Amino acid sequence: MKVSFKINGQQKTVDVPGDMPLLWTIRDTLDLKGTKFGCGLSQCGACTVHLNGAAQRSCMTPISSVQGANITTIEGLSANGTHPVQRAWEELDVPQCGYCQAGQMMSASALLARNPKPSDSNIDDAMNENLCRCATYLRIRAAIHRAAELQSQAADGGASKGNGRGQ
Amino acid sequence: MSASEKMATPVSRRDFLRVSAIAGGGILLASYIEPLGAMETLGSALPADATLNAYIRITADGLITIIGKNPEVGQGVKTMLPMLIAEELDADWSKVRVEQGDLDPKNYPGQVAGGSSATPGNWLSMRRVGAAARGMLVGAAAAQWSVPAAELETEKGVVWHRASKRSASYGDLAAKAVAIPAPDLATVKLKEPKDFKIIGQRIRGVDVPNIVRGKPMFGIDVTVPGMLYATFVKCPVFAGKVASANVEAIKALPGVTHAFVVDGTPGLAGLQPGVAIVADSWWQARSARSKLKVTWDEGTTAQQSSTGFAAQAAAFSKAAPQRNVRKDGDVDAALANAAKTVKGDYFYPFIAHASLEPQNCTAHMQADGKMEIWAPSQAPDGGRTLVARTLGLDAANITVHLTRGGGGFGRRLSNDYMVEAAWIAKVAGAPVKLLWTREDDIQHDFYRPAGFHHFSGGVDAAGKIIAWRNHFVSFGENGQASAPGASLGATEFPARFVPNFAIDQSVMPLGVPTGFLRAPGSNGIAFATQSFVDELAHAAGKDPLQFRIDLLKSPIPDAPPAAGANGPQPAPYDAARAIAVLELVREKSGWGKTALPKGTGMGVAFHFSHRGYFAEVAKASVSKDGKLTIEKVWVAGDIGSQVINPLNAENQVQGSVLDGLAQALGQEITIDKGRVVQQNFDDFPLLRFAEAVPVEVHFVSNSIAPTGLGEPALPPAPPALCNAIFAATGKRIRTLPLSGQDLKWG
Repeated sequence: MKVSFKINGQQKTVDVPGDMPLLWTIRDTLDLKGTKFGCGLSQCGACTVHLNGAAQRSCMTPISSVQGANITTIEGLSANGTHPVQRAWEELDVPQCGYCQAGQMMSASALLARNPKPSDSNIDDAMNENLCRCATYLRIRAAIHRAAELQSQAADGGASKGNGRGQ
Repeated sequence: MSASEKMATPVSRRDFLRVSAIAGGGILLASYIEPLGAMETLGSALPADATLNAYIRITADGLITIIGKNPEVGQGVKTMLPMLIAEELDADWSKVRVEQGDLDPKNYPGQVAGGSSATPGNWLSMRRVGAAARGMLVGAAAAQWSVPAAELETEKGVVWHRASKRSASYGDLAAKAVAIPAPDLATVKLKEPKDFKIIGQRIRGVDVPNIVRGKPMFGIDVTVPGMLYATFVKCPVFAGKVASANVEAIKALPGVTHAFVVDGTPGLAGLQPGVAIVADSWWQARSARSKLKVTWDEGTTAQQSSTGFAAQAAAFSKAAPQRNVRKDGDVDAALANAAKTVKGDYFYPFIAHASLEPQNCTAHMQADGKMEIWAPSQAPDGGRTLVARTLGLDAANITVHLTRGGGGFGRRLSNDYMVEAAWIAKVAGAPVKLLWTREDDIQHDFYRPAGFHHFSGGVDAAGKIIAWRNHFVSFGENGQASAPGASLGATEFPARFVPNFAIDQSVMPLGVPTGFLRAPGSNGIAFATQSFVDELAHAAGKDPLQFRIDLLKSPIPDAPPAAGANGPQPAPYDAARAIAVLELVREKSGWGKTALPKGTGMGVAFHFSHRGYFAEVAKASVSKDGKLTIEKVWVAGDIGSQVINPLNAENQVQGSVLDGLAQALGQEITIDKGRVVQQNFDDFPLLRFAEAVPVEVHFVSNSIAPTGLGEPALPPAPPALCNAIFAATGKRIRTLPLSGQDLKWG
């Protein structure tokens, strides 16, 4: 079936089976490889994208359900890796294997968009469905706090475009 | 020119180095590096006729490209090995770019991610490569300025002649350096550790900028023009064969280009039988799979189960052991004379690796009979050998590109997904990306083998261990060899420190593939032995941490050699180093400094593996109704004189400890009717965010050459936790995982 949506600021129309998950449309039809396949059951969060601004597991989201939606993937989180979450992840050297990290960053950026200064408990709640097999959780937590600082500095500096809300 | 001449001494056959020009006026430094005799590589041995190894490219604009030769699966080796080269090259790290090398064992020895071997195996050899290149650049400057090379210095990619205030960048010198004879790798001078500028610095991972931008770099991200996508369905009972399958109906489904039966090869480690479905997209292949109907010939192991294994182990424990691994003194007599005796039966389950990137591989059989493969393998040379043997190809006609692996943990030392992809691509006659589902991955792993340890121990009136017996029941065929990952060595702690000591072993047949999971062997053995040592400490009325130190300080006088099947063995570890990490973790954790309330406790464990010494203290509390809360883990490690990249080291240790806790908390693979019961992360739980407790990491430093860090921090974590639970509740944990166990107290 034909489905039209906006992804990373661009309007796209795809013609794929209606039950095809958004994940496989993103990865194999649109060739955006940053969003990962981990479980296919919404258990691990490696496939997390933003659907109309909220974190969403794309592996169980049928393409037929995203007609007219606004989707952001890791590739569209910022123009050039400058989102506070991306800067914080780099600064703190969060990844080990790195496979889960796009999903982690998409969940973290959605959290920061609605809660600019999350507590540890807020972070636990928002991130508990994103698995990291290498267990880089301690650095992810520190990086979310650091990203909150960077986001707040950007806002204070009047650079309102860099407020971490993605696209 | 004397210095240059000196550097140009004839090279030995084993230390061969040469250069050649590359396009753009750069140099290509090539070397042959001697193998590390003791290296625990799980891959191939070095070929004797190796002639060329390329690691360093310097272009005229000063950009230095360094090849990272080993597979990167998250352990940080793609950053670490180039750091060693760049250090001795005296490069400016900000101008270094790192490229992943393809499989090329003639030129890149030891391309394996296993055994925590990359550091001990490359600590000198990679530095020598960098130092030799530096020598050539210095030689080029010496020739250009007609000054002795000995008067030249290097710093951050520039050669200096201070006396004449002249300098030249490596980029300027690179083209001329090609003509300079190569220094002898065996004698090239290396820096003193005090002069290190890159080694020991907190260096960020070279791939991190691409990871945070979502750039394609993993095996699953590979795209080849004209590529098709495959799923491969295997029998849920290991090695079960296809009796019949509705492949004609599958071929008619949307997008499906091929569907066929693969007969496979005998055994659990080769190409397994199954049905391949190839389609224009992976989703179409996956959708077609849901319509697949297969009748399996399940074979001879279809009735075995975890409960059956446990019953067999219990029966073995009451019978005479099949073989003795080590025997010192007279255990029975010592137990009869002991002031106190303790018996404990320990069990740890099968575990899956569950790397987050599902197994995958892309292969392309070309018209000329050559095959190209892209694989996130930890042992790509072993994979190439398997593909060559199974498909009847010459290994020389198989190119293997190493992709970043989304986690390894030992799973990708096996190359089943590689031979499957190669076979399917050959039949399909097109490039094919094979991708497993998560269920395929959980149900077709090479599992950490379960283990059953049956201990008896005794302490004398002074509280010293005088007797120890471990009848270890595991798996192996025909009562002889152990299955992969299921052996117990004759020097395992506390051998050498207990006068009456025996390790016995019995094995049962197993139709389940087993393999190497991060810190193989050790990840289960440490739980059993460090828990039982704790039992004896409490029986003796001693502080458990001091008890271990006292034990390590009292080797048996004239320690008898190990008898039994493995024969006499040298001491595998240095007790003084083990004591040092125990002392450090005592200090850092505040062990014994404060009285903890009932329901809260600290537990300690230490383990030596992969040349590393790790002692860990866990603090945990358990509510009266049995809810466990882990509060913190302190770690003291000794991996020798130098932590090469402290930024990554801390990450690795924290991850290893949390990995160990995840295993202890809830991970278990069970077998029923010959097949794995668990399927996905809903029934094989990984650690989640809220469970990630603080892990404080400290290192002891000494003068011993540095060793690896991917594995040795894991084994003490489960027993430290279980010993903390005992301290909190008085409940001794002898079975893993903890999930489902009753921890109520009071």
